[in-house]
Amino acid sequence: MSEPFMLIAQEVGVALSGRSVLDGISLSLPPGRLVALVGPNGAGKTTLLRALAGLVSSTGSIEVGGERLSALALRERARRFGYLPQGHVVHWPLPARDVVALGRYPHGATDPGRLSPEDERAVTRAMQATNVNAFAERPVTELSGGERSRVALARVLAVEAPVVLADEPTASLDPRYQIDVMLTLRNAADRGVLVLVVTHDLGLAARFADTVLVLSGGRLAAQGKPNEALSDQLMADVFRISAYRADYGNEAVILPWSGV
Amino acid sequence: MVKPEFRGRRFVVLTGLAALVTLLALGSLGVGPVRITPFAVIEALFGSGSEVHQTIVREIRLPRAILGLAVGAILGLSGAALQGLLRNPLASPSLFGAPQSAAFGAVLTIALGWADVRSYALPVAGIVMAFVSVFVLLGIAGRNAGLLLLILSGLAISSLAGAATALVMNLSSNPFAALEIAFWLLGSLEDRSFRHVMLALPFIIAGAVVLLSQRSAFRALSLGEETAQSLGVDVGRLRLLVITGVALGVGGAVSVTGTIGFIGLVAPHLMRPLIGHDPAHLLIPSALTGAALLLAADIAVRIIPSTTDIKVGVLTSIIGVPFFLYLIARERRALGGGVA
Repeated sequence: MSEPFMLIAQEVGVALSGRSVLDGISLSLPPGRLVALVGPNGAGKTTLLRALAGLVSSTGSIEVGGERLSALALRERARRFGYLPQGHVVHWPLPARDVVALGRYPHGATDPGRLSPEDERAVTRAMQATNVNAFAERPVTELSGGERSRVALARVLAVEAPVVLADEPTASLDPRYQIDVMLTLRNAADRGVLVLVVTHDLGLAARFADTVLVLSGGRLAAQGKPNEALSDQLMADVFRISAYRADYGNEAVILPWSGV
Repeated sequence: MVKPEFRGRRFVVLTGLAALVTLLALGSLGVGPVRITPFAVIEALFGSGSEVHQTIVREIRLPRAILGLAVGAILGLSGAALQGLLRNPLASPSLFGAPQSAAFGAVLTIALGWADVRSYALPVAGIVMAFVSVFVLLGIAGRNAGLLLLILSGLAISSLAGAATALVMNLSSNPFAALEIAFWLLGSLEDRSFRHVMLALPFIIAGAVVLLSQRSAFRALSLGEETAQSLGVDVGRLRLLVITGVALGVGGAVSVTGTIGFIGLVAPHLMRPLIGHDPAHLLIPSALTGAALLLAADIAVRIIPSTTDIKVGVLTSIIGVPFFLYLIARERRALGGGVA
């Protein structure tokens, strides 16, 4: 009996306007893990996330929950992935709650004003998990960056998908919000969701992730537990830095220190 | 926890708009060289009352009122749909050059002698050119087009369509035909018959059905194209459908009424303070507002005392352009900041 992997990628490659951006990516990720995807700018992190979600066409094969991604209809894919892009853009001043309710769109709930009891419960759970109830009725365009990022996260959680793909969810947030967001994702992982987080913050990755994937130049340079994947050698080769390391209780502490 | 009062308000607004459109339609049937009271209009509509009134109301003014209603509605709907598709409050058919292009298609067809003014070739040519113009515009402006790019491309396309139309008129061997085209281009609902209604209405209805069928996708698009795609919206298909819907509606409308601008831009803006910004909820109220605006403008041109008749398209532009300027002033930051 093979191990029940949630997401399997085999030899995945992506070329954007003729240039190879990702090449030979193979992954097998079980459910209930928080996986940090790190790498220098331009390494292909966002592209990998988009390829896994089926938002950009790729070669090789991707399987989610035992089914081939290419065989799934758009709506089916949407129910399997909660996808959080960078920037958390909302183009109209919609109430925060309506934005969260759009997470139920893949389940057929296209009007936030008319949710089924089940959809309503999912929205409520997501809003509680991200602590956005206080400004549920305020237009998202009037919220602070930190509040908006939590609303965006709530929208992704409301999908209640088995896989969450989050692209730099902690970018431009203050330390407290960064920790809140990572804790929320950690909790989702502990409930059985496979969470893939793109981040530039190696410290957060080491602190919260079960597994770290390191991308470099469109290829997977390392994967494993934070301390193993982010070895001194790899830090020097891929990031051209050295790091300060320590242990804090059972947690690994990694702090980028100087350039090499 | 969904604000019931907000849903309640939507219902009130829709009912109010429907009542307003009905009143304006009755008004449109009553106003003209022969004034007919609303009561007599209703009588005449149902085949009683004086013979003269019946003829005036049912044969002269009814087609005009139906066209005013349908054309206004499809313009308002197209504006709301384009604004939803592009997440952009300055999107509208006329700013994108769709009516101008449709007019060019129709004028070319007439000038080349392919069709007379009452054949279906006219709306078809209008629809094809409207489709091409919106398609090209979205192609140039790209996927996540900013305000400035859209407005500039729209300006270029409508200028090109205008220039091409001028060239056709310029080359026209018959000066009277050119003059006639020039007047028709100003946009009017005058002297239209049921033949015109039959020419435009099927396309307008088809366009409206296409646009309304996509309404929930506009809501998902509020989060940007990539997120909408991740929520299960086929964005490429949606774009094509919206372009098709707008082209069908606007092309069909322009081929019988000429270019009537700015209703598509104005209608959604009037509704946002009342309905909210949800792009899906805006479609039908914007259509009703568009219908009310055009019916009102068409009544106004018949009431305003003047020696020659004012074309309704001229009036909507005179009111619409200052409104456009106001919107530009309001969106100044988004337009001025290059990075925005």
